[in-house]
Amino acid sequence: MTKGEIVLGCLAPHPPHLVYAENPPQNEAFSEGGWETLRWGYAKLARKLKTIDYDAIVIFTPHWQTYIGTHFLGLPEFKSKSVDPVFPNLFRYNYDLKVDVELAEAMHEETEKAGIITKMMRNPDFRVDYGTITSCHLLNPDWDKPIVTISSNRNSHYYSNEVMIEQAKALGEACMKAIEKSGKKVVLVSSHSLSHRHFVTEAPLPEDMSREHIYNHSQYVWDMKIIDMFREGKMQEVVDIMPEYTEQTIAETEAGGLIWMMAAMGVPSYPAEIYGYQSVIGTGNCIACWDPNTNTRELVL
Amino acid sequence: MSEDSPILFGLYVPPHPQPLLSPDANQGYSNLRAAFETCRKRIEESDADLILVYSTTWPSVVGHQIQALKESIWTHVDDDFHYLGSMPYNFKIDTDFANEYCSAAKKRGLHARTVEYEGFPIDTGSVVALSLLNPDNRIPACIVSSNMYANRSETIVLGKSASDALIAQGKKAVIVVVSSLSNRMFTEHIDPADDRIHSSKDNEWNEKILQFFADGRLEDLSQLSREIHGQIRVQKVVAYKPAWWLASAMGQHNNYQGEVLAYEALHGSGGAVIQLTPSTGSFGDKEFDEDDVEFYQGDRNVLNKGNF
Repeated sequence: MTKGEIVLGCLAPHPPHLVYAENPPQNEAFSEGGWETLRWGYAKLARKLKTIDYDAIVIFTPHWQTYIGTHFLGLPEFKSKSVDPVFPNLFRYNYDLKVDVELAEAMHEETEKAGIITKMMRNPDFRVDYGTITSCHLLNPDWDKPIVTISSNRNSHYYSNEVMIEQAKALGEACMKAIEKSGKKVVLVSSHSLSHRHFVTEAPLPEDMSREHIYNHSQYVWDMKIIDMFREGKMQEVVDIMPEYTEQTIAETEAGGLIWMMAAMGVPSYPAEIYGYQSVIGTGNCIACWDPNTNTRELVL
Repeated sequence: MSEDSPILFGLYVPPHPQPLLSPDANQGYSNLRAAFETCRKRIEESDADLILVYSTTWPSVVGHQIQALKESIWTHVDDDFHYLGSMPYNFKIDTDFANEYCSAAKKRGLHARTVEYEGFPIDTGSVVALSLLNPDNRIPACIVSSNMYANRSETIVLGKSASDALIAQGKKAVIVVVSSLSNRMFTEHIDPADDRIHSSKDNEWNEKILQFFADGRLEDLSQLSREIHGQIRVQKVVAYKPAWWLASAMGQHNNYQGEVLAYEALHGSGGAVIQLTPSTGSFGDKEFDEDDVEFYQGDRNVLNKGNF
């Protein structure tokens, strides 16, 4: 069997506002638009994905929060409605998705071998989290590839950001082993914002862009620092600075997604492709990808 | 019930699904289930018009959300304990009260809104509490979220708004706080038969808190919330808020008859079913220097001052 590989790693934030702003038929809410910088960036990255040959999307989501180990979706299909508990006015999305259970089980097995507590999720009534749905919808609106969703074990809450990093690294390395053994070509998705302090009030018209800005300047400066490192291919430095960055900006990196993806990809030392940065209800969101293929890697922004 | 309180009694119950889904897996889970049953009977025997739930497992970001969908129907599955089974529910919600509570919260300066959407994901803690305390929908219910950024003043005002709304509608309520005591769970899967409180330290703190509850010292617990948060709460949110909300809704004093119906481990966390009934006579007279808050003024914008 050919050795499996990661063909792309994407940082794909999941504010439900972006799906709301697109008005896809799956979503019940209606908007007049908004957050175009991110949506146009997503559209460009989605076009790139269409040019890449891959078998499955593996996504790590902060909105399936587990405290007892790391869990994997373990049934072939999930069809239901996802209503965002925080922004139900924006996101009520009817989904119908396929799971690559074989790959999920392979990852579960390798992860267990690495000493990480794991569980397969096989309850058919389980509702897939809106982080998974938002990021996958924006990257692949056709939903024509199976996915694997990995829950986020909340080590930052229970222990520290340093422990989170160690666990996420081990998880990423185990997932990479499973991908290699599977012979499949896989796109990894780390679904999260950067700085993550929200405004606690909402404009009467949520898509009123005159009201949108980063929560405070400190968050912006930190986000720019991290994005500069992405551009320069300094991902080991990003890993090293992650505990302080996460603490200073209440970043959604606390869930471990970015570290997981970087570890699986061998901590890239090449530049990331940047597709956009914009705030959503005060949080900082960057769309980026790491393309291991030097022939297709490009300078986007 | 005291003459001027619209609240017949308050309950403090755990959010974990074991008492609902696997009560026979451990004697402690059975004990909690039995305590829920006792409370269910007491609610039935009361003349409550409403069950109002404040759930720590429903975090909100945009202000305070209040469930208002008249018939809330779905099948819920817990993120961690999905293997224990599904939790179908069909709750009758008091929409009029939800709107009144929202309005009362706004009058006190809070950002609040009702949620009224088919398929809205009611949280595990609320599903467990309402399924066990009100299985036949005999009494309409309402659920309010716990804002993840809210701290003391905001939560105190949210509790007072609940009382305002009950008085405005002339309704009598049983109010329910859904929260663990210590909330550190084991981070591995365990045999339920081996369940115990995660550490002696957590257990000792829980026991101390239960003493306060048993003595009816609700306001003292409210004043100790920051200490409780630091000692036995995993730092997921900014503060331990249930006692603030409960005390400000029921009355900020220690004149309660307390009863601890059960205290058991739930995958390492401290789960207790407690009843507090307004009474006469006071226990404890602690004095504190944190202001009592009537109106929420919003963020102080400290970060935007002194930069120029």
